Amino acid sequence: MPTTTYAGSAVPVDDEGFFTDPARWTEPMAEQIAKEAGIDTLTDRHWIVIRFMREQYAAKGTGPTVRVLGKTSGVSVKELYQLFPKGPAKTAAKIAGIPKPRGCI
Amino acid sequence: MGKHIVILGGGTAGTMTANRLCRTYDDRRECRITVVDQDDDHLYQPGLLFVPFGLAQPDHLVRPRPRQLDAAVDYKQARIERVDLDARTVHLAGGIRLPYDVLVVATGARLLPEETEGLTGPGWGEKVFTFYDLPGAVGLHEALERFEGGRLVIDVADLPLKCPVAPLEFAFLTDWYLQRRGIRDRVELTYATPLDAAFTKPVAAKALGGLLKEKGVELVTEFTLGEVDGERGRLVSYDEREVPFDLAVVVPLHGGAEYVERSEGLGDELGFVPVDPHTLQLPGHPAVFAIGDAAGLPASKAGSVAHFEGEVLVHNIGRHLAGQPLDASFDGHANCFVETGFHKALLIDFNYDTEPLPGHFPGPLGLPLLKESHASHLGKLAFEWLYWHSLLPGRELPGIGSAMPEHGKNRASA
Ligand SMILES: Cc1cc2nc3c(=O)[nH]c(=O)nc-3n(C[C@H](O)[C@H](O)[C@H](O)COP(=O)(O)OP(=O)(O)OC[C@H]3O[C@@H](n4cnc5c(N)ncnc54)[C@H](O)[C@@H]3O)c2cc1C
Repeated sequence: MPTTTYAGSAVPVDDEGFFTDPARWTEPMAEQIAKEAGIDTLTDRHWIVIRFMREQYAAKGTGPTVRVLGKTSGVSVKELYQLFPKGPAKTAAKIAGIPKPRGCI
Repeated sequence: MGKHIVILGGGTAGTMTANRLCRTYDDRRECRITVVDQDDDHLYQPGLLFVPFGLAQPDHLVRPRPRQLDAAVDYKQARIERVDLDARTVHLAGGIRLPYDVLVVATGARLLPEETEGLTGPGWGEKVFTFYDLPGAVGLHEALERFEGGRLVIDVADLPLKCPVAPLEFAFLTDWYLQRRGIRDRVELTYATPLDAAFTKPVAAKALGGLLKEKGVELVTEFTLGEVDGERGRLVSYDEREVPFDLAVVVPLHGGAEYVERSEGLGDELGFVPVDPHTLQLPGHPAVFAIGDAAGLPASKAGSVAHFEGEVLVHNIGRHLAGQPLDASFDGHANCFVETGFHKALLIDFNYDTEPLPGHFPGPLGLPLLKESHASHLGKLAFEWLYWHSLLPGRELPGIGSAMPEHGKNRASA
C-alpha cells in the first residue's frame, strides 16, 4: 500500500491518495493536503465541512455525498463547490483524512 | 390475539411482500396483513421507458392496486402522515390510527424536480421533460414526435435514482428512434451524469460507455446538475460547466416519502430508511423493516432488487415474530435488462460485493451477461407479463433465487 508523508509522518493512503486509516490524520496535515488539491488556504467555512466529514465518517463509516452535505452541514451545495471547486465530497474527504466516500448506485 | 403486519406502500415491493406473507400466514387469526397506499393506480414503471418512443401505451401500464393483492389482505387507501415508532402506530390522513406489531416501509422513492433550480421553470413540459412519471413520459412522446433536430441531452441530476440503467437505455433508444425517423444526423446526442463514467462499476462502465460511443452519444461525466436554464436552453453543473440543449430529458433528484422525514427516528437526510443492508431491519427498532426503493441501502433501486429482498424479508419477519434472532441475509443482488435499441438488450447481474461481470446468467448455459443479444430483448419484453403474473403475486422464479449466482460469471475479466 502506498504511503504519503504529511506534517512529517508517513501515512497509508489508497491509489487515489485517500487515507485508509483516518486515525492517523491530524489537523496540521489538512493544510498540506488542501494545497496539493489546489486550495491555498483553509477558511473557517472549509473547516466546518472538514470537521463535519470526520463526524459523519465516525458515525456512519462513510463520508457523505455532496447532496447530503448540502442538506446537513450548514453549507449549501453552491458554496461547497466554491470552497472545493473540484468536487466537494471527494476533495473534502481527502483533506479530512477519511476514505473515499462510497457513492450510492 | 393475532399479530398485525402493516405494510406502507402498495407498489412493487409492498404488493409482493403482502402476497408472500399471505402465503406464509394463511390463518388470519394468527396474522393480519394491512397494506396502505394513497391511490388506486398501480403503474408498471419499467414501461415508462417505452412510452416516449410510442412503444408502450400509457393506459396499458396501469392496473387497479387492490386487485394485485391477495383477497386476505386488508387494503386501505389513505395518505400516510406519520409513523410513531415509540407507540408502534401509523397515523393516516383523516385521523385514522393503525397500530402494528411489524411495520414494513415500502413507500418507494419520490421525484423532487422542484429541488433543482429552474428545472420546473420556463420550458418545463415544453423542452425540458422527465420520463420518470407517466405525465412526463406522455409529454415527452409528443415532444419527440415534434423534434426535427438539434441538441438533445439526457441528464441524471444526482444519485440515488431508481433504475440507474434507465437513462442509459433512454439514450440508446433515442439513437434508434432518431435513426428510424431518418433524422439521426441532424441531432447531437449527449449523456450527462454525475458519475465519473457511464456506470458505477468499472467493467460495466466500460461496456456501457463503449455502447454510447458506438452510437455516437457524447458522454459528459462528473456533471452534477445545479441549474436548468430553460429560456436559454442550458444545463449548468455546480462546477459551472454548461451543456446546451434544444430538448432536455432530466432524471430529477430522488428522495424518500415525505412522511418518513416527519417521523422521528425513521429516515435519513434524504428520507430513506437506513435499515441494516443484510437483514433489512431498522437498527434500534426490531419491529420495523424497509424494502424496495424506500430502503437506504448501497444497492440499486430496482424492482428486481425488491424481489430478491422480499425472500429475505419474509423469512426475517417470521423469525422476529417467533422471537428468534434473524438469520437470513440479503447480498445486494440486482439484475437488470438494459435495452439497447434495434431489438437488442444486454443483461447485468451483480450484488454488494461483485460488480456486473461478463459471463452467463443464471448459469453457464443462460443468457449472455454484459453483451447485447436478441434473447435479452425478448427477456425484457417478457418481463411485463412476469411482473403482473408472477412477481407481484409473490411467486419465486424457478432457478433464480435471492442470492446472486456465482457460476457462469467470468471473473478473469474484472
Ligand atoms: C423509467 C423507469 C424504468 C424502470 N425500469 C426498471 C426495470 O427495467 N427493472 C427493474 O427491476 N426496475 C425498474 N424500475 C424501478 C422499479 O420500478 C422500482 O424500483 C420499483 O417500483 C420499486 O418498488 P417500491 O415498491 O419500492 O416503490 P413503488 O413501486 O414506487 O411504490 C411505492 C408506493 O408507495 C406509495 N406511497 C408513497 N408515499 C405514500 C404516502 N405518504 N401515503 C400512502 N402511500 C404512499 C405510492 O403511491 C406507491 O404506490 C424502473 C423505474 C423507472 C422510473
